[in-house]
Amino acid sequence: MLDTLKILLHQGKQYIPDVTKAKVPGIFRGRPVISEDKSADNQSICDVCPTHALFEKEGKLQLDLGRCAFCGECERCFPNKIHFTQDYKLATNKRENLIVTEGEDKPIVFDKSAVRPEIKKLFGKSLKLRQVSAAGDNSGEWELGATGNVNFDMGRFGFEFVASPRHADGVVITGPISENMARALDICYEATPDPKIVVLAGTDAISGGIFADSPALDRHFLDEHDTDLYLPGNPAHPLTIINGLLALSGRK
Amino acid sequence: MKALSVKNGACVALIDIPLLSYDDFYAEIVEALSDINLHCVNYFAYPQSDSLRLYACLADDAQGDIHILSCEVKKEAQLPAISAKVHAMERFERELNENHGLRFLDHPWMKPVRYAHDRADKTQVMDNYPFYSIKGENLHEVGVGPIHAGIIEPGHFRFICDGEKVLHLEIHLGYQHRDVEKLMLQKDKLIQRSLLAESTAGDTAVGHGTAFAMLWESLCGVEVSKRTQLERTLAAEIERIAIHTGDLSALCGDVAYQLGNAVFGRLRTPIINFMQEWCGNRLGKGCIRPGHSPYVFTPALADRLQVVLQAYERDYLEMIAKTLTMPSVLARFERTGVLSREQAVEIGAVGMAARASELARDIRSSHPYLAYPLLHHESITRRHGDVYSRTQIRRYEIVQSMTYARQLAQQLKNMPLEDNARPEMKPQANCFSIMLTEGWRGEICHCAITDAEGKLACYKIKDPSFHNWMALALAVRGNEISDFPICNKSFNLSYCGHDL
Repeated sequence: MLDTLKILLHQGKQYIPDVTKAKVPGIFRGRPVISEDKSADNQSICDVCPTHALFEKEGKLQLDLGRCAFCGECERCFPNKIHFTQDYKLATNKRENLIVTEGEDKPIVFDKSAVRPEIKKLFGKSLKLRQVSAAGDNSGEWELGATGNVNFDMGRFGFEFVASPRHADGVVITGPISENMARALDICYEATPDPKIVVLAGTDAISGGIFADSPALDRHFLDEHDTDLYLPGNPAHPLTIINGLLALSGRK
Repeated sequence: MKALSVKNGACVALIDIPLLSYDDFYAEIVEALSDINLHCVNYFAYPQSDSLRLYACLADDAQGDIHILSCEVKKEAQLPAISAKVHAMERFERELNENHGLRFLDHPWMKPVRYAHDRADKTQVMDNYPFYSIKGENLHEVGVGPIHAGIIEPGHFRFICDGEKVLHLEIHLGYQHRDVEKLMLQKDKLIQRSLLAESTAGDTAVGHGTAFAMLWESLCGVEVSKRTQLERTLAAEIERIAIHTGDLSALCGDVAYQLGNAVFGRLRTPIINFMQEWCGNRLGKGCIRPGHSPYVFTPALADRLQVVLQAYERDYLEMIAKTLTMPSVLARFERTGVLSREQAVEIGAVGMAARASELARDIRSSHPYLAYPLLHHESITRRHGDVYSRTQIRRYEIVQSMTYARQLAQQLKNMPLEDNARPEMKPQANCFSIMLTEGWRGEICHCAITDAEGKLACYKIKDPSFHNWMALALAVRGNEISDFPICNKSFNLSYCGHDL
């Protein structure tokens, strides 16, 4: 008993007091900023991207965080042009808001007006989610799991992952959705009571990521259902996930 | 033996690999694998226009050699199965059957492996997996998955139980199949292939990333600096500490030991956060790239790691000592989920799971690469093959990896910094290359073949889980079905690494 108390004492305070203001250590690859530097032509910059996340529109370079594998290849090749910042607040409810444009250094916008009214009313104080790994590589699953540990302690907000879709208010999908998992995902979604939300966690889920061209995928689920929250990352960082859910449920 | 003997990481001319008749190929493999020091690390087909060239790679753990031999067979040929004599070959032959339509006549367990997208027989579908069944008044079946109660990957487990006791477990996988090997050939940018390698199993980004990077360097005849080699070794050992710690947390969670669950869970955080400080990703994605080190391990990082490990070690040692003296924990871990040494040998178990059953398979000592020859790594083994043994392996491997990490960090601190420019890399034509690494689960094997123009023509990945899923199926026999979760956690196998 005494040694248990001693262990407890040795842990000190582990939780992050304010998940909206916490700093991530080191060189986290969060929201990228694209400068107006013109020393390299846009085409050669786009060419280094492994997932076609970089493209040119009206003479300006853009980066789609829904496709970005956050590998940092563009930053390493063109450090004057692209820089990944430590900003982990990447979540949004609109797909087009994931596009970062050259010369604009501003946060990813979450559009509160576009949230369905029943989400805030019903899930504002308690949101239970069923996670479905559909060919996820187990990194996204890891980070979703980490949101519940004593450091991130997502449970304090009433957000929790539950064992059955019957107990859930929505599904969180990781992975590019393989054809072998497509039917199980449909069944899981159907088993979740209405109203319910769909969250895509990680770049593989949002766009297919590096697997986007794989013939072994079946992403029909996303044609049939609207997405309520996009959580970019490879994998999405726990702070990206928690801040996204706070925004969606109208908590901040 | 009629085979080409090479060392780990070798690149050889395709033409130098002996071509045997299937009868000789069969006889050579059966004969070789009767020696306990040898096991098959990869066996796959390279499709030709109207035939299949089969390559088998047998690792000799005593000599540190890898024997490569080949044969040519017609597509859809009917062949005697090596698995009839050597059970450890069963999944390789199932894979050859599924992918290429080869028929193995006396195969003891011919079942689908992963329902690959390009499988030879498209009438085989996920929904009609041929489960083994036993009829009996007392028996019932329990089906679990593909979606499980936790935040984990999908797979289907079918138990046949007599009351609470598990008689048989069959594991039906394939849900995670993304066609990684095919994409490896199709995507021609090196960065794309690096991403595919580290996403093969995202929890082993360093293990698979290093296997790919070193394979590619071997194909291109490029050697990386001593510094880069030390950095890769360090990353692998940090990955091992992190995942083993997370596993200890999960094991405590499954036996309702809340304190262990919480403390090991939070102890993992500073380790993976250190990976992020180093390379920008908590799972080490981006840390390993062919030809160079994209993120230099600076002296400041070396000092930081020593501080992180010191803080970790104190709390880790206290917590693990307490956990493994708790009667309520030991009662659940001891004699649960036993994999005997005989079973481990029979099914060709690898890595941590094999070592817990007194089978010292460890690429770091048997086929050393990177800095492992300098570390004189010696495997940790245990005798009982139960959940407790697998926990003990983790317990002591974490301590061992901390020692290595400290040594490596100190050495790196004293080495001059290098510019991390990338060398020009072009694979040689008509070559075969093989690379084995020891990820935290066990041996990872990547093989590649190039064509006459030096383009990648065949890529084969083998995750340790390819062997070890059968270990889990055997280990739960005779246990209560309620002990399945801790048995499963104690192996912590990869679904996506298996399904590819």
